Amino acid sequence: MVTSNPYMVNMGPQHPSTHGVLRLRLVLDGEQVLRVEPVLGYLHSSKEKLQEEHTYLQTVPITDRMDYLAAMTNNLGVSLAIEKLAGIQSPPRAECLRVIMSELQRLASHCFAQGVFLQDLGAWGSPLMYFLREREQILDMFEMVCGARLTYNYIRPGGVSQDIPPQFTPAVNSFLDTFPAKLDEYEELLWKNEILRARTVGVGVVSRELAVSAAFSGPMLRASGVQWDLRKQDPYCGYQNYEFDIPVGQTGDCFDRFMVRFYEMRESLKIVRQALDVLPPGEWKAAVPIVIRPPAGEAFQMIESPRGMLGYYLVSDGGANPWRFHVRAPSFINLGALNEMLVGTTMADVVAIVGSIDIVMGEVDR
Amino acid sequence: MINPWIIATFGSALPGWLLATITGAIGTVAVLVFTLVSALAAIWIERKLISRMQVRYGPNRVGPKGLLQPFADALKVIGKEAITPFGVDKVVYSAAPFIIFLAPLLTFGLVPFAPGAAVLNTDISLLLVVALGALGVVPIFMAGWASNNKYSLMGAMRSIAQTVSYEIPLVLSLVGLVVVTGSLKLEDLVVYQIQHGWFIFLQPLAAVIFFIAGSAELNRTPTDIMEGESELAAGYHIEYSGFKFSLFYATEYSHVFAVSALISVLFLGGWGTGPLLDLVPAVVWMVLKTYLLFCVFVWTRATLPRLRMDQLMAFAWKFLLPLSLINIMVVALEELLGLPGIVVAVVNMVLAVVLIVQWTRLLGSNGQSPERRVYIQRPATAQ
Repeated sequence: MVTSNPYMVNMGPQHPSTHGVLRLRLVLDGEQVLRVEPVLGYLHSSKEKLQEEHTYLQTVPITDRMDYLAAMTNNLGVSLAIEKLAGIQSPPRAECLRVIMSELQRLASHCFAQGVFLQDLGAWGSPLMYFLREREQILDMFEMVCGARLTYNYIRPGGVSQDIPPQFTPAVNSFLDTFPAKLDEYEELLWKNEILRARTVGVGVVSRELAVSAAFSGPMLRASGVQWDLRKQDPYCGYQNYEFDIPVGQTGDCFDRFMVRFYEMRESLKIVRQALDVLPPGEWKAAVPIVIRPPAGEAFQMIESPRGMLGYYLVSDGGANPWRFHVRAPSFINLGALNEMLVGTTMADVVAIVGSIDIVMGEVDR
Repeated sequence: MINPWIIATFGSALPGWLLATITGAIGTVAVLVFTLVSALAAIWIERKLISRMQVRYGPNRVGPKGLLQPFADALKVIGKEAITPFGVDKVVYSAAPFIIFLAPLLTFGLVPFAPGAAVLNTDISLLLVVALGALGVVPIFMAGWASNNKYSLMGAMRSIAQTVSYEIPLVLSLVGLVVVTGSLKLEDLVVYQIQHGWFIFLQPLAAVIFFIAGSAELNRTPTDIMEGESELAAGYHIEYSGFKFSLFYATEYSHVFAVSALISVLFLGGWGTGPLLDLVPAVVWMVLKTYLLFCVFVWTRATLPRLRMDQLMAFAWKFLLPLSLINIMVVALEELLGLPGIVVAVVNMVLAVVLIVQWTRLLGSNGQSPERRVYIQRPATAQ
């Protein structure tokens, strides 16, 4: 009689496909996962506490370092929360620019997610390089508007830091003209690929119930068939004025999550196009004092970041620094059902599933 | 090339054992040089080619067009500290990289690069080549087991399962060639192809099976589960560094070259040029075909994702194995009937296409293109 002993494998924190420093303690029987235990905190840098030591304006660049693949939406979230707390109204041009930037950021982030996911599936380098090429164009645009390519600190309480330069609009327009064709090409290449389908269809299925009860958000939730997008459900920055659809999957497997991101990229392109058309002239920044002293109270603002519902909870005691600064990080909460998703699968599926969640460890550990 | 000349000139003057030693030494040195040069060239070719496929430039700093990059790589790797981790089985751990380097090297010793130009020109060279291919798995398991690392052990387990599975269709695909030629000598196979046409046309099914099964033995995508970079970090050689790692690294490339050389000998007519001119020396054609096939392997690596372990096994047992058995039956029948070559080629080509398509249909996707899932659902009330 052949017996097998389960053994424990540390996947991470130094592992090529744990997206940074996620550590999974896997108990394996051969290749099969019997138990999984995520160990977090390797990138913990007390960002929430750090922000309580800074003035409100100074908190914005720290949020850049949380979700470093979607810094724009992080800036947006914290700016909206501070505006809510202090009762600041940003001008319409700023609102529109914010929409453009956060949708471009979504495109950049999804490009990266798709490439890395395929890299995790073993497609050695090629898809990642192609998706990075597209992402590069967006980073160039961000560089035009704020000089930075990764940590922007562009969207600030009261508006945006500076107006867009004259070369920005043509750059976005040429991107909008070329990118959809490329997106179609990539999708056509990938979704029918026999190996890709074999690795993703039916793998890591998250049922609708599980997705809701685990408080998933973003593409993770929508792939499981829940039509929930804060841009529709609780619009901010005037998202109710734009026409777009919410792509929704049916089965909630890795393939659906992969495809939902493709479709979301199309919708983002639509929004950017509409926002560029209606971009109003005028001020891009409200008059905001350097040291904001909001009245005592609390504010909670959630936005739809590329990874899901990104929430900022601020408590003010009337001083110059936030008394409490809390972040609802979608990456962290999307990791919540790892046990349900991974147990019973194989080592290769673990990589595929973790890749399809699209986590950013800077946000998970904060 | 030199050896026949030596034999012709000094054959009568020198004693047999001395002659054998001299020719053997020359051949060995030639094969060694070819293997090492090829491994170095392969690193450059692959990095450059893959870079181009991945919209980047690739190495272009060291030397013109980055040509000296392999040397820089080799120097860097050899200059690294050789770490022997705690708790390893020292003898096995140290021996594995040297043994693994043997398999492709010995294969090259059996491959005829030109008429009579194989170091060891035995009557059973085909059998030896197959045996050497299977030998490659032993050092992989040695490395994986001795490293005292769970990742490398998993890589080793995967490699055993994979190689055992793919060895069978690999060997069976060659039976058809032996049935037709009636010889186990690689040189005879090439001579037969020059006379009757290349086996890639005569037995396309066998060529496809051999290519897939051969690439499965090379641990390259889509079948690189034993290395599985994104899953097992590096698989069986995760604990190696310095010179020992460089041996694994070089072996990977020379192994690809060995299989490429084998495919060109077995299916692409070896040194034969087919309808092309015979002005160019035979060995040039052979090397050219080998390098071209290497580029095909690079291409697949740049294109395809990796299969999962169970899917890979299923593919070997459910797809390659039955098809190779059918191939043997058909070839044997044709040989029995004594059909002319052109008929055999046409029949086998049609058969290969039909079989591959139908078998795929039988196995999974029903032959239809997969259903496109709907992601955008607008409520019926909206326009």
